[in-house]
Amino acid sequence: MKKSKIVVIGNGMVGYKFCEKAVNSAISEKLDIHVFGEEPRPAYDRVHLSAYFGEKTLEELTMAPLSWYNEHNINLHLGDPITVIDKEAKEITSLNGKKETYDYLVLATGSGAFVPPIEGVELNGIFVYRTIEDLDLMKEHAKKASRGVVIGGGLLGLEAAKALLDLGIKDAHVVEFAPRLMPRQIDGPGSKILEGKLKSLGITTHCSKNTARFSGGSSVTGLEFYDGQFLEADMVVISAGIKPRDELAKKIGLKTGTRGGIEVNEIMQTSSPDIFAIGECALYDSMIYGLVAPGYEMAEVALNSISKKITDDFVSKKIEFSGFDMSTKLKLIGVDVASFGNAFIEEPECQTIAYENKAKGIYKRINIDNHNKKLLGGILIGDAEQYNMLQQICVNEMPIPSDPENLILGARGGEEGGGGVMGLPDSALICSCEAVTKGDIVSQMTENGRTTLDEIKKSTKACTGCAGCTPLVKDLVNGVLKEQGVIVRNVICEHFDYTRQELLSMTKLRGLKTYDEVLESLGTGHGCETCQPAVSSILASLWNDNVLAKGRDVSQDSNDRFLANIQRGGTYSVVPRIPGGEITPEKLIVIGEVAKKYGLYTKITGGQRIDLFGAHVGDLPNIWEELINAGFESGHAYGKALRTVKSCVGTTWCRYGVQDAVSFAIEVENRYKGLRSPHKLKSAVSGCTRECAEAQSKDFGIIATETGWNLYLGGNGGSKPRHADLFATDLSSETIIKYIDRYLMFYIRTAEPLQRTATWIDKMEGGIEYLKSVVIDDVLGINEELENEMNSLVGKYKCEWKEVVETPELRKRFTHFVNAPEVKDPSIELVPMREQVKAKDWNEVAV
Amino acid sequence: MNSILTDIDWKIACHISDVPANGGACVLINDEQIAIYNFERRGEWFATQNLCPHKQQMALSRGMIGTQNEEPKVACPFHKKTFSLKSGSCLSGEEFSIKTYPVKIEDDLVYIGV
Ligand code: SRM
Ligand SMILES: Cc1cc2nc3c(=O)[nH]c(=O)nc-3n(C[C@H](O)[C@H](O)[C@H](O)COP(=O)(O)OP(=O)(O)OC[C@H]3O[C@@H](n4cnc5c(N)ncnc54)[C@H](O)[C@@H]3O)c2cc1C
Ligand code: SF4
Ligand code: FES
Repeated sequence: MKKSKIVVIGNGMVGYKFCEKAVNSAISEKLDIHVFGEEPRPAYDRVHLSAYFGEKTLEELTMAPLSWYNEHNINLHLGDPITVIDKEAKEITSLNGKKETYDYLVLATGSGAFVPPIEGVELNGIFVYRTIEDLDLMKEHAKKASRGVVIGGGLLGLEAAKALLDLGIKDAHVVEFAPRLMPRQIDGPGSKILEGKLKSLGITTHCSKNTARFSGGSSVTGLEFYDGQFLEADMVVISAGIKPRDELAKKIGLKTGTRGGIEVNEIMQTSSPDIFAIGECALYDSMIYGLVAPGYEMAEVALNSISKKITDDFVSKKIEFSGFDMSTKLKLIGVDVASFGNAFIEEPECQTIAYENKAKGIYKRINIDNHNKKLLGGILIGDAEQYNMLQQICVNEMPIPSDPENLILGARGGEEGGGGVMGLPDSALICSCEAVTKGDIVSQMTENGRTTLDEIKKSTKACTGCAGCTPLVKDLVNGVLKEQGVIVRNVICEHFDYTRQELLSMTKLRGLKTYDEVLESLGTGHGCETCQPAVSSILASLWNDNVLAKGRDVSQDSNDRFLANIQRGGTYSVVPRIPGGEITPEKLIVIGEVAKKYGLYTKITGGQRIDLFGAHVGDLPNIWEELINAGFESGHAYGKALRTVKSCVGTTWCRYGVQDAVSFAIEVENRYKGLRSPHKLKSAVSGCTRECAEAQSKDFGIIATETGWNLYLGGNGGSKPRHADLFATDLSSETIIKYIDRYLMFYIRTAEPLQRTATWIDKMEGGIEYLKSVVIDDVLGINEELENEMNSLVGKYKCEWKEVVETPELRKRFTHFVNAPEVKDPSIELVPMREQVKAKDWNEVAV
Repeated sequence: MNSILTDIDWKIACHISDVPANGGACVLINDEQIAIYNFERRGEWFATQNLCPHKQQMALSRGMIGTQNEEPKVACPFHKKTFSLKSGSCLSGEEFSIKTYPVKIEDDLVYIGV
């Protein structure tokens, strides 16, 4: 059988996706695929390009390794762009002179950055933001730069500005020609809120600014605007839009748009029948789709068109492209920004509902049709939690509540206004990157028996692109299970078919004291990294025995095993407890001397204490010995345990204070120190309602009143902040301790592993009101028990570092090489930073 | 070459009490860092490279060991990538893998084949 020869020009995201779909399709055996890429490396995830400055390596960003192309018999030529197409001979020629004939040609040349012809644009220090090479160049230049300016306040421009911050540039600016940021997605008021948010991140914005020229000798020094103003800069990133790479197509006379782009019809065919164009170079219905999801769909459509020609049959259902929903959610900038549907339509064509909270930096707007029946579109800034649902309601034209404002103002969570994800039609597109519908997922579950999120991800590829749909898919999986009558029990792992709550009560009932005992009597198999720390935490909460004694060490999370957090490079951090943040000058001096002696980096933490980083594992016992001799104790920064109780100065010094916040914070911290729990616990005590200790962001927060204390529960900072709920008012010191005892023990008994109090309360049926009935009104009749349990736990407190320091067998475990205890890990590299040291960047460490 | 079988070069690594039961420890052999695991619950010993290929951290000996469907594994303490202690392949879906070494116990000493 003669194979049909396909040449793909461009090995970017879409070109790659075409290959992937082709080799997984029914016609894979009939194809002989040749790919030419201009970039020197195989296709990588351009959408997450910015992660290259942070957590991801090139390897992780690569879509598929070279071996993948080999395995699938794809001839890949990298670093070799195509320069000539001969339409008549059906032959292409590459820059290196390679020639290849083709039956079908697929243009996936993407686009390049659009660089406006501003005077001085060729100066050093001016970059575009598109490829790995661009990023490498920027990285180099940023080392010497202190102010960076991005031209263009669109989606990409803001991302580039964030990248400048990630590169260590402190002063980042964004210059936008239009009167508002993200002019294609959000409106004026939304932009104002966004500008405020960006400011707090360290990004200054300048709208309505038109750059006249770049100044500078060899390297750029600033931007001159047409309004006569000047902005200094030693680094500039141009992000003024994209320019489709249509130069080859133009050369051979394919139809292109007046503003660029290779014209295609609904089956991705160009004006020459055997040549197809897909992705960011393709112009469909006068539009370039600058997102990856529509590109992936085009790849599938083009494959179908080719399949039809070869076999007179299609390989999948997506046989025509008909435009694409361009809803977007900005990722990674640290501010939620999303727009969906028709975001700009205005009255009288529709009714708009807007909510604005300047203090919190939240702006939401939805556009409803005049009959109050349909959601037409909207904008969310500062809080885009409802984005997934709203976008679904909009695209699927689902019914909306009779009070449409509930859509944006309703109760928290994704359930309101339309019955949640289960109310969506089967055709609803859940994962737009991989074009997975609700129906696809439901049928995988009901027909193929795939019932976990991981199985669904594997079989449908949902969540594997931008991952924005993960929460929706999770809800859907749980929803379907519930409909099938399957009770969703969050069991620990394959070794324990119990929830944490069940495991805790059975462990307690049977008096089990070590992981091995628990595994033997309640589990199966040989354990894993999920159940060992969960069980260890339960054991510590129940008995409060030393976590390292009796073979317990190896079942602790590595941080608990070494009583310190492992950090970049393999060194550890040391955090002594400083209750309430109060410390004597003598103790400060000891910390300073220990740090100097062991070469540690010191920093004041956000929890009002001092962290010493960079300790070799073998030095930990000596460091702690010196600290303990000076009166310090473990701060449990490594454990799922009480962290800090922050305080403000209160009546000790502050002219507004109404109670002695410091003394009370110290008392509370000393009471609960060492208490192990499902997740870490934080607290704070403020001396008056000005709340300088930020008690309302803590698991339990205490704020002084004229007559006593107010108690707040369930606060959380972190990635999903939650304000604590006011639980009870004007309590005496004794009553508040009682309430906290009960609350914490109830949490320890019933929460899931790694669930903070905030989520625990949010998931609790009846919420804070129910919690009040338990803790205050004792509806379960367990308060005495809870108090006794807490008293027994706090009574058994011992500083675990002191025990290690004093116990030779435990001390012996703190060594890197057991056969050469005096040798330190030679792979650890510390490099100077300001006047201290830091771990070498692990993306730069060569091996 | 006259024989396909070559003798394993056994090196003394440490005493069995140097490696905690159901945990790991690191030894230095010929300038190489090797992680040794005493999987007491299974009555088995394993050895692998100490370097985690994910972010090049010398950390696997400090990881937790366990099983996934009967396959013994170690989880790196940094980002919990897991590796088979038998084959060294990555069980959490990454391309990379780790080296494994044969282990034998004689007279309370641990020997590694390098
Ligand atoms: C050192 C410190 C940052 C600093 O330089 O200031 C820090 C450092 C770490 N934080 Fe934090 N957090 C620090 C204050 C905070 C705060 C602010 C606070 O406590 O007032 C928060 C938000 C408040 C909150 O928790 O509600 C905070 C929210 C987190 C979170 C997110 C928790 C959440 O519920 O979303 C994590 C991740 C986690 O625990 O899973 C985290 C995890 C971590 C870890 C443990 C990550 C890790 O495993 O390596 C870092 C360990 C550093 C080390 O080796 O000692 N850290 N972290 C602060 C130590 C405070 C202390 O003295 O103990
Ligand atoms: C920083 C950044 C962030 C982004 N964020 C998002 C996002 O959050 N969401 C989203 O949906 N999209 C995002 N995008 C856009 C997304 O990356 C593109 O839509 C997608 O990469 C388009 O894929 P493509 O294959 O069409 O083009 P490309 O990925 O650009 O690939 C085209 C390839 O063809 C090569 N080529 C060109 N001409 C030739 C030739 N003559 N011969 C051989 N090879 C040639 C090019 O060098 C290139 O490697 C972002 C883009 C950037 C730069
Ligand atoms: S926010 Fe906390 S967890 Fe994240 S890098 Fe900073 S210290 Fe580490
Ligand atoms: S370094 Fe081992 S998992 Fe990341």
